[in-house]
Amino acid sequence: MTRTTDDIVAECETLYYDVDFAPARNWKAEAAGRKVVGFLPVFAPREVVHAAGAFPLGVIGAGDWLEVIRGDAYYQSYLCHIPRSVVELAVSGHMDFVDGMLFPSTCDVIRNLSGVWQMLRPETFVRYVDVPQNFDLEIGGRFWEGELRTLARDLSGLTGVEVTDARLAESIRLYDENRRAVDDLYALRRDEPAKAPTSEVYLVLRAGNVLHVETHTKLCREYIAAAKVSVRPKLDSSRVVVVGAFCEQPPLGLIKTIERSGCSVVDDDFILVSRWYTKPVGSEGGGFQALARAFVRNSIPTATMYSFRAGRGQAVIERVRAARADGVIFAAPSFCTPALLDQPMLTDALDKAGIPYTAFKYAENTGQFQPIREQTGTFADSMKLWSVA
Amino acid sequence: MTPTASADAMPSLKDDSMLRQKELIGSYYKRLADAPKTNTKTVATFVPGNLTELISCFGTVPILPEINALQSGMRKLSGNYIAEAERQGHSEDVCTYVKCDIGMSEAGNIGPTGEKLPNPDLLLLSYTGCFTFMKWFELLRERYGCPSTMLHVPYQGRGEITPEMKRYVVEQLERVVIPDLEKLSGARFDIDLLREKLALSAKAEDDLVYVWESAKNRPSPIDGYFGGVYYIGPIFTAFRGSQEGCDYYAMLRREIEERVREKRGPMTPEGEMTTEKFRLVVEGPPNWTSFREFWKMFTDEGAVVVASTYTKVGGLYDRGFRHDPKDPLGSLAEYCMGCYTNLSLPERVKFIAKYVEDYQADGFLINSVKSCASFSAGQLPILREVERLTGRTGGFIESDLVDPRYFSAANIKNRIESYLQMVEQKRTACVNVAGVGA
Ligand code: SF4
Ligand code: SF4
Repeated sequence: MTRTTDDIVAECETLYYDVDFAPARNWKAEAAGRKVVGFLPVFAPREVVHAAGAFPLGVIGAGDWLEVIRGDAYYQSYLCHIPRSVVELAVSGHMDFVDGMLFPSTCDVIRNLSGVWQMLRPETFVRYVDVPQNFDLEIGGRFWEGELRTLARDLSGLTGVEVTDARLAESIRLYDENRRAVDDLYALRRDEPAKAPTSEVYLVLRAGNVLHVETHTKLCREYIAAAKVSVRPKLDSSRVVVVGAFCEQPPLGLIKTIERSGCSVVDDDFILVSRWYTKPVGSEGGGFQALARAFVRNSIPTATMYSFRAGRGQAVIERVRAARADGVIFAAPSFCTPALLDQPMLTDALDKAGIPYTAFKYAENTGQFQPIREQTGTFADSMKLWSVA
Repeated sequence: MTPTASADAMPSLKDDSMLRQKELIGSYYKRLADAPKTNTKTVATFVPGNLTELISCFGTVPILPEINALQSGMRKLSGNYIAEAERQGHSEDVCTYVKCDIGMSEAGNIGPTGEKLPNPDLLLLSYTGCFTFMKWFELLRERYGCPSTMLHVPYQGRGEITPEMKRYVVEQLERVVIPDLEKLSGARFDIDLLREKLALSAKAEDDLVYVWESAKNRPSPIDGYFGGVYYIGPIFTAFRGSQEGCDYYAMLRREIEERVREKRGPMTPEGEMTTEKFRLVVEGPPNWTSFREFWKMFTDEGAVVVASTYTKVGGLYDRGFRHDPKDPLGSLAEYCMGCYTNLSLPERVKFIAKYVEDYQADGFLINSVKSCASFSAGQLPILREVERLTGRTGGFIESDLVDPRYFSAANIKNRIESYLQMVEQKRTACVNVAGVGA
């Protein structure tokens, strides 16, 4: 039976609120010896986890639907919220089925969370994923290839499944396909935001964190097909790019608030891992080499990666232009070092380019949306006025 | 973070080494201020993972923005600098060193000696142990329009330095950092000159380790935290690998040897400490805006810090690391990867617990600074784990590095006093139990 966008979004919403990660939990329970390996934002080599026979599970905090009680005893008030909700998930049994965790080199909070996890769950497999900040294929690329091989070997020790060339090539193929589907989803929203609003696209995108890659690819394709034929009223919104929400995620209510205030989000940096490479990875020269090459050559620019040239703001300007956006909303988690230190460089560039922007901070459990609604509503109105003028 | 203060905050100190330290830091700033006149190129870099010997091989001089920031904090200028940066759109939530540096640049980059400091000719981003470093230099690159060089130093996530990690850093030194320094200076790299400098570094490091370990004596002849930040001044800045640096540490060692012989306590801004009531290990950076006041809160209670982690952010010499002339680039790589904040949390726990045992500390205290996620994220679990391992009482206070808004003197003093009461109670209880048992 063909499902409507409402049906698909309802499924994604169930996944969004599921703090017990049912799909991964059930998959593991179906056969003995299966392993689930979680990863934190913003990036993890999911292909390698998949090729080692494990379920790569994106863990991105618990939003506003899990009360953080014990997690607060681990983190001071002047740190962002995501580590405490991740700890809460861990200490309250929601992640008891997870066999391993990958902590990428996103920032010092996630880096140190890798150590907290080692102390909290010493029995689990924990790896810090140190992505290269040198983008020379012969230096950073080689280092990263070595790290990927080591990770593959260690994961094989956990799962008992060897990461062969053929397995890795197949995993890369599946993830390349998934990235193509996500790109198409983003293209649809950019071109027809009324048919694919961000509050829906976000849920579909986010489902990729907790579903099998093939299942998620199908889900994206199904949503795209349903959205294209859906009949929805035309919007009179301003087109915006949301920047800064690449790690701790804004609550769904906040995304809806932005939309209701008259902004159509036509590009963003949510769940970056699902769109990390600007080109297909392929497996030329072998999977490890292809992944390393893709990382140093085709990673999307983001605040957590070093930019070896001046002009950090140029990438945002290009995104605004590519998305035919009217302006930018900087939405950063409170105390988020990468996003907040990046912001002045980006706003300078936007000032010079005459692109309007507004900025606010949030936490994943923010419950008060009214001030943000007023701010983004005023912003949307002012952009319309400028465009008329 | 980054330690090193000049002796100005300790006016009552008369030790020769203190005066010499002040002269050295002053001469460094003079050299920096004169750089445009002397046609000397400047290289901005960070203290953790700094490559001082390599930088000086090219006749270039380092600018250390963290040290400028802490100096501004001690001179009570940081509040205004931070306010200026926030006015320009820098978030209140980010590291105050960055904002202090940007505010100082806006105000004309006047250094601690009152002279204008030059803009950097190169930003050498030694990316060791702190994410903020990367964004900080990206911001400065936009501001100064100068080139930047990235040295990516892998984190010891698995609690070890692997051969692959070392090779990666060495390759970057050979193929990125050295060529960029050659280009900047016009000088050819001379590996024998680097070896000579590294030999001098190792000698100074030996003497510094003696100084640290002297705190195992009772009474401790040094304060390894508040006093420690003076001792590390030369070695963490421009004097590692120099004869002057070596001479300074030899002089300091002689003085401390004498203090040990004479069973004297450490010097403090209030004079020599005569009664050692509490021996503490401290984790985390100090506050700079009220440094003397903060220190006095300890000395008033007879508390001496026998070891600290903060003074190890620029190198873990007391764990045996030495710069090695036989493996010049390899040992620079190991140095970068071995700085304290590049250690995993479980390693930090072991490190602190070992200090507590080795230095026979009565307890350990964490000063958690708002600015620094590199230090602070995870300090609460560290506290519990070190308590569990050592059975000693842990304390927790909060402040900031250079933002005076986050130093609440009354609150911190209260907490320190109550903490020390807890330490005392536990000590008394232990003695009583031991007495009953006997
Ligand atoms: S929200 Fe920002 S500071 Fe917090 S863990 Fe994520 S990237 Fe790091
Ligand atoms: S975050 Fe910490 S280590 Fe990094 S620059 Fe600031 S004080 Fe120094």
